[in-house]
Amino acid sequence: MLAFTLRRILQAIGVMLAVGVIAFAMFRFAGDPVNQMVSIDTSAAQRAEIRHSLGLDDPVLVQFAHYFINALQFKFGVSYQFRLPVSSLLAERMPATLELAICATLLAMVAGILMGVYSALRRDTILAKLFQAVSLIGISLPTFLIGILLIYLFAVTLGWLPSFGRGEVVKLGWWSTGLLTVSGWKAIIMPAITLGLFQMTLIMRLVRAEMLEVLRTDYIRFARARGLTTRAIHFGHALKNTLVPVITVAGLQFGSVIAFSIITETVFQWPGMGLLFVQAVQNVDIPIMAAYLLMVSLIFVTINLVVDILYTVVDPRLRATVSRAT
Amino acid sequence: MTQPVLSVRNLEVEFATRRATLRAINGVSFDIAKGEVLGVVGESGAGKSVTGLAVIGLIDPPGRISGGQIELSGTRIDQLPPEEIRRVRGKRIGMIFQDPLTSLNPLYRIGDQIIETIRTHTSLSESAARQRAIDLLAEVGIPAPEKRIDGYPHEFSGGMRQRVVIALAICAEPELIIADEPTTALDVSVQAQIIALIKRLGRDHGTAVMLVTHDMGVIAETCDRVAVMYSGRIAEIGPVQDVVRNPLHPYAKGLMGAIPTLAGEDKRLVQIPGSMPRLSAIPPGCPFNPRCALAFDRCRVERPEPVRHGAQSVACHLFEPAKETAA
Repeated sequence: MLAFTLRRILQAIGVMLAVGVIAFAMFRFAGDPVNQMVSIDTSAAQRAEIRHSLGLDDPVLVQFAHYFINALQFKFGVSYQFRLPVSSLLAERMPATLELAICATLLAMVAGILMGVYSALRRDTILAKLFQAVSLIGISLPTFLIGILLIYLFAVTLGWLPSFGRGEVVKLGWWSTGLLTVSGWKAIIMPAITLGLFQMTLIMRLVRAEMLEVLRTDYIRFARARGLTTRAIHFGHALKNTLVPVITVAGLQFGSVIAFSIITETVFQWPGMGLLFVQAVQNVDIPIMAAYLLMVSLIFVTINLVVDILYTVVDPRLRATVSRAT
Repeated sequence: MTQPVLSVRNLEVEFATRRATLRAINGVSFDIAKGEVLGVVGESGAGKSVTGLAVIGLIDPPGRISGGQIELSGTRIDQLPPEEIRRVRGKRIGMIFQDPLTSLNPLYRIGDQIIETIRTHTSLSESAARQRAIDLLAEVGIPAPEKRIDGYPHEFSGGMRQRVVIALAICAEPELIIADEPTTALDVSVQAQIIALIKRLGRDHGTAVMLVTHDMGVIAETCDRVAVMYSGRIAEIGPVQDVVRNPLHPYAKGLMGAIPTLAGEDKRLVQIPGSMPRLSAIPPGCPFNPRCALAFDRCRVERPEPVRHGAQSVACHLFEPAKETAA
């Protein structure tokens, strides 16, 4: 078990190294940042000075080594547009994105599992069919459209919820949270729904399909032949077996939720990392883009690791294979 | 005569499909006495398993019991509401399925599955149920049960898993065990052990056993009586020696003729030509008539009813109630 975990961690480090190379490569191939920072009438001498102060005239390998060593200490250089350290910019924006992603994922999992279980157990009811129909919409409508529709309905027409921003935030050390104020809660509702809707429908459909599959298995039939209560069969035996694949998907989707919160954050002007990234792209602010890439991959890799370990907790068969293999 | 543990009368099971309603079981009647082992044989699709599932109330829609009645120790159980039949399942009727590899939930320790079943049907405490689970595992021949109780199903071999399944089936001391091909998925060497176990449990606890199988060897070795099913009906039923040595129904004759014997000379095995009709195309009259060498005109129009013939009962026009003495 320990050897398994260690091996997975080593693999994760390998992935991060590869991403680091790609992130660094962006500096070399994404145009000259100096041109973006200066006006047309800046003299060549001044340009050279800026280039030198940013370390852009060092040999490639030196630059990479610098970048790599700094990245290990979470120093990602200075943003070209804000003239501030990228790490502090990210740290400032990260709580907003994480709060949004966690809310969206929790919403997606709770609602998705409930709806999925319901529509598997009560397959022929009108409500189950309605869930199926709605989930089709959720899967096929693009995120930004849902966001805009929500804004139109609840912010513009009804005026119940704010159309942009995070509301009032409270500082808890370096972490700023919007979840302690009423306006923060109001502000997060629509972005969380927008961001979580796709995941919710995905989980719902997955849970429904898996549950139907599990209900047909022999051990469920045998559980019924043993006279167990319907409740014990559905929510003990069937649901636990259903959750194994759901954990993987939900886990991996959490990474996507963070990575693709870019769109939702743009629509709702949510002051998170995604919005920062979009601004960085517009201004060719490579340190931010590279750091964002590293952050997102770190999150993805970590989640993958956690999912792999969680798997073995839920499924005893994997525990056996794992310990046999190591 | 004492009251039978299980009494099935004119059972009919139908499956409603889009095209038509198919009758999988058509007028099946039999009794099983306390401590008796009744074997049910027949080809695949003859309705053996469906009969077992009907008794325990596990026929799922679109199937339903459309006629007849099932009595367990004198109380009718085929029309109980779902919650009450659930209480009968596992407590008064234990069931063993064919494949022990898939019968146990892979994510739960076997002990937890046994304890869960015991506590569903009795008021034992958690620790008392655990002790009972260990005793049960010991009774079905699991070595070191106090250790193995915390194992997961994948840590057991097929034969051991079937023993666990049997422990689960008997954990509330049922009056009746329905074993649906309990040895089909097992190695031949393990089959004999499992059969011996089922037989011993039936004897020790006075449990009635309905043993569904297509293995005539198992029947001959284990059962007191045997019912030969064909196309949703009982073709012949009677004491096992009589039916095996002196089958009356042409189909039963064919089945017995198809058993290889070690002592046998180089005799060719007899085979029954053709295959069992599909449920949607059961011929009128006797369902066996298209394959029967002895069929005559009456077999093609009139359905034979079971008639007594010595200790046996046979549904064939060759045996008339009136001719009983002559035959």
